[in-house]
Amino acid sequence: MPTTRDKAQVTLPSDREVKVTRSFRAARPLVYRAYTESALVQRWLLGPPGWSMPVCEMDVRVGGRYRWRWRSDTDASEFGFAGTFREVQPPSRLVHTQTYDPGTVGDANPMSEALVTVTLTEDVGLTTVTTLIAFGSKQARDAAVATGMTDGMEQSHQLLDRVLSEQPRA
Amino acid sequence: MNIYSSDRLDATFLALADPTRRAILARLARGEASVTELAKPFAISQPAISKHLKVLERAGLITVGQDAQRRPRRLDGKPLGEANAWLEQYRAIWDANFERLDGLLEELQRGPSASMRTRRRTRR
Repeated sequence: MPTTRDKAQVTLPSDREVKVTRSFRAARPLVYRAYTESALVQRWLLGPPGWSMPVCEMDVRVGGRYRWRWRSDTDASEFGFAGTFREVQPPSRLVHTQTYDPGTVGDANPMSEALVTVTLTEDVGLTTVTTLIAFGSKQARDAAVATGMTDGMEQSHQLLDRVLSEQPRA
Repeated sequence: MNIYSSDRLDATFLALADPTRRAILARLARGEASVTELAKPFAISQPAISKHLKVLERAGLITVGQDAQRRPRRLDGKPLGEANAWLEQYRAIWDANFERLDGLLEELQRGPSASMRTRRRTRR
């Protein structure tokens, strides 16, 4: 059982892009499933601590749509993402558009459509997932990254610790 | 929140977007150095190094020391810390998601079909 887990690497390859890289101790087809089956996605893609994901609809095929929505446990406010799949190549590549849905959270960070490219590579049981998010502009990129700086995130480390300690570990 | 969208943050990331400048910062992290000393490990001219140093200086990442003769460059960690903090919060959200994904993948590997089926049935 791995005790030391990989940390996500976040880099800014250009003015309009963010790249997130992370490795998982699992075979690539399994990781691909966790990224494409809504019942599985819903269990891990929960965003900031204190948010749940009540809506996770994914029609994973070229031209298919997806809709993700998160809800705050504390005040029931909501926001989400939606988009269309452009490329679907199991188990190695997934390209989709992504538009911010301000929900009840509002338009604090208005963003144009972004293009998300997810690439999975495997090296003997270790699957590396690279997520490249290309925004329409530098402003949109910076606003997206800055969502991590919104009010609720001030106590994020504290909350994060709590959430992680609550995760069932075998 | 304003300081995180400031020109200074832009200047920091611009300065960090070059491998030579990152190498210079890594060198300065070990202690101050003159332009000549900094240029030595690189296969580029001293004027080219000076140009990189100017970018780093403008971003506030390095300062010039008192010694008028050597004019040693020093690392200033503050802007780096700000830039890191800006990305760190964003990274924390991804990390929280990925830690959950770790747990899910472990579970699927242990007894995928059994645990998933019961979970789905009890939820509906």
